[in-house]
Amino acid sequence: MANIDERNVLKNIFSYFLLILLAVVILVPFFIGIWTSFLPTADILKGNYFSTNISLTNYIDAFTNTPILRYLGNTIVVATITMFAHLLFCSMSAYAFVFLDFKYKKFFFALFMITMMLPSEAAIIPNFQTVKALGLLDHYSAMIVPSLTSAFGTFMLRQSFMQTPKELKEAADIEGLNHFQIFWKVVLPYNRISLITLGAYSFLGAWNSYLWPILVTFSNNSRVIQNGLKQLQSEETFNNWGMIQASAAIIVIPTILVLFIGQHYFKSGLNEGAVK
Amino acid sequence: MSTLLTNVCKQYDQGKTVLKNVTAEIETGEFFVIVGPSGCGKSTLLRMIAGLTQISDGEISIDGQVVNNLPPKDRNLTMVFQSYALFPFLSVWDNVAFGLKARKHDQSEVEERVNNALKMVNLEDLKDRKPRELSGGQRQRVALARAVASDAKICLMDEPLSNLDAQLRIKMRQEIYALQRKLGITLIYVTHDQVEAMTMADHIMVLHDSKVQQIGTPAEIYKTPANEFVAGFFGVPPINILYATKISDKAIRVNNDFQVDLDQTVTEKELKVGIRPNELIVEKADELSANATVQNVEFLGDEKIVYATFSNGNEVSAIVPSDAHFDMFENIKITSTNNVLLFNQDGINVTANREDLINA
Amino acid sequence: MLKTSATDVIPEKKVEAKQKSKFKLTANDKYYASIFAGPSLFLLGLFVFYPMFRTLYISLFLTNTFGNTTLFVGLENYVKLISSPDFVSSMWVTLVYVVGVTFFTIAMGLLLANLASQKLPGIAIFRTLYSVTMGVSVSVAAIFWLFIFNPSAGFFTLLTKMLNLPTINWLANPTNAMWAIIITTVWMHLGFVFLVFLGAIESVPTTLYEAADVEGVSKHYQFFHITLPMISPTLFFISTITIIGSFKSFGLIDLITKGGPTNATNMLVYRIYNDAFFGGNYAKSSAEAIILTVIIAFFTYLQFKFLEKKVNY
Repeated sequence: MANIDERNVLKNIFSYFLLILLAVVILVPFFIGIWTSFLPTADILKGNYFSTNISLTNYIDAFTNTPILRYLGNTIVVATITMFAHLLFCSMSAYAFVFLDFKYKKFFFALFMITMMLPSEAAIIPNFQTVKALGLLDHYSAMIVPSLTSAFGTFMLRQSFMQTPKELKEAADIEGLNHFQIFWKVVLPYNRISLITLGAYSFLGAWNSYLWPILVTFSNNSRVIQNGLKQLQSEETFNNWGMIQASAAIIVIPTILVLFIGQHYFKSGLNEGAVK
Repeated sequence: MSTLLTNVCKQYDQGKTVLKNVTAEIETGEFFVIVGPSGCGKSTLLRMIAGLTQISDGEISIDGQVVNNLPPKDRNLTMVFQSYALFPFLSVWDNVAFGLKARKHDQSEVEERVNNALKMVNLEDLKDRKPRELSGGQRQRVALARAVASDAKICLMDEPLSNLDAQLRIKMRQEIYALQRKLGITLIYVTHDQVEAMTMADHIMVLHDSKVQQIGTPAEIYKTPANEFVAGFFGVPPINILYATKISDKAIRVNNDFQVDLDQTVTEKELKVGIRPNELIVEKADELSANATVQNVEFLGDEKIVYATFSNGNEVSAIVPSDAHFDMFENIKITSTNNVLLFNQDGINVTANREDLINA
Repeated sequence: MLKTSATDVIPEKKVEAKQKSKFKLTANDKYYASIFAGPSLFLLGLFVFYPMFRTLYISLFLTNTFGNTTLFVGLENYVKLISSPDFVSSMWVTLVYVVGVTFFTIAMGLLLANLASQKLPGIAIFRTLYSVTMGVSVSVAAIFWLFIFNPSAGFFTLLTKMLNLPTINWLANPTNAMWAIIITTVWMHLGFVFLVFLGAIESVPTTLYEAADVEGVSKHYQFFHITLPMISPTLFFISTITIIGSFKSFGLIDLITKGGPTNATNMLVYRIYNDAFFGGNYAKSSAEAIILTVIIAFFTYLQFKFLEKKVNY
């Protein structure tokens, strides 16, 4: 009979083998993408992945010959404003649903819940017409205004606000604070983890949105990064893969760094959001 | 046919020692309680017997077979967890049947064993309920039924009653005791509650500071504690420990105050004396003859506990008849019978009659 | 994870509310409520409810190329859709994609989470590596994989050449193109799903496994009879959001296959987009949008119902 030690060693070797194998499978697209971004396109097209002509040429090309920095800037502006708008409007409406008493509260909350069931993809035609009528086409605001608030964000913050100890609010009531003060000085600070989580969601959501920006932006002045890469790809008539990979790397590396730094927050936020 | 622990040690990688040289023999069919304050390593010891935690050094053998490296399932034992470890998505019946089904016993045998186990703990009527629909005591019984159904000869329990309220605890205590006697299994039971240990155990192991302090029957542990710690751990209110000096071969002065004449000769000049609260004699006294002041009096029904401080500030508690009347801050005179325990400076019991009972 | 929920708190709130109204403490709440909830309600009304009704309205008419309604036709647009083999095949394609993505995402996510939940030295490195695709956006995923699928210089082509296997043209063959899209989607979602599953698995009380260990239950049996039932709420949550997400898939299709070859990956949202903004057929597109809405609403509703009950046990 094998003893615990020997069996554990065997089992662990097998576990590590699987862990490493899967890590390789998952990371291969990254490795290839980032590795080829350092190679000349000519070598890539010949299938010569082990070329030694490593250089930053593709990156320099991407920065100087394409509007990628402009795309990045546009995206950061849109995503940041969307994030702050979500934090403000969602926390305000969540506050109303938790701490205020008003007529038809249940009805209004049901409206919010129904909103979460409706896909924005199905609303693109009238929304396009609305944005066009407001004269926002090809502006940052075309991407920002329709998503200033979020039903999901309201719902998520409501769940979190409901767990704010009642005593905190009652103590504030006794101190004679009004609702704006309670909101700003008690509820928001107490729920900052949820706010950070929502902020991250909103930022990433705006960063990743693809369909709506492609409809409402036509020029490099307002085009965001997700559409921009498609633009680069379709403009590059002779398949400049080296530069395209470099542009992809330019976008993905900062995101992944941010993700690793914020991993702790994100993970706890995910689980909270998941089953609450 | 017993469970033997020989010099069992546990150290964690960071070098923290949890258990040091634990040696004990647990006889087949006995109710063996491991007791100690929290953090003394008692749960670790139990988990090592179960095989859930690897031992660092020493040897554990069950029925003559060294099990150090055997996985839990090959040790033929069962365990009841503090949290009961019930599967929330299974009914009571399926919870009890879980292990049996997993090991692919045949259908009729599983049914028979589960039904018998549920009958044994009076849960037949609730067999279709989910754990969340049960009270704390009922959940406890499901966990017991699971142990019963497994048919293992050794059952380990890790603080099984600590999640129950006081009344239920007393009831379950009796049920567990009756069950152990009826099934004739070896029960190794971990608790921090000295009352549980005293009321149920055949033998008690007292753990403290990673070391075994004493192993003995409840009576031995109470009457002849190995040291100051054991003496202080058992008994409510706890034993009073006071300093004493030798004044003659057979007499000591306690707390630099009253004299106690002993049946034995004392060798140490300076020692500690342990006096159970019911061995203290409390009398009303005038200011001149008084040696203590009443701080508080608790009425317990047929007796009262008097908490007092000596003039030098040492605190004691004494049990007096419930018709004795003492007021707060009243002056009293405290003396003692000669039924006391003597400890040397290191806290080791040096009371004379100890030799007869040592290692019993 | 499960101890708090809306239903736990609401009854208390009710009691409180009753007491409050008696003392008229909340008289001013109406005014505050309109300030706090007003902006969000207005925005949702304008950009969610209005367009929903508008889309429904358009779908009952014929439209001109400017998107203006011309003739009321009732449900005719829907009838036309359902009887068009083109649309039916699109629905099939969408369904295959949704089922494929959901199945492989969950299977892979569970496998990774289960492996990474072991207590082994250095496991934190693998947890980080497995969650890495969370930082990948649609366009980056598309570019990385487009290159891998590239018929002349792509990684897969190179690999098959090295192993002397026949090369597969990933994006030119309908079945392969569907696989390509499914693989890319699964890869992109895997990081997120992995992290959620890992969190769920780690929150299963360890005593449950210990109790099973003592009873001699195999690890394999433990996974299917303890881990899976214990994380079933999360499993359900991930299933529904993956189903919803893949029904709404657009970016990857637009970037990788453009619906082709021969409509083999022309899914619902891509159709809505094409019919309206390239075909100029707003009525048809609106009818498709309403069908999408019904599907999404159904799955979201399912999820709400489930969350309300919290758990299945």
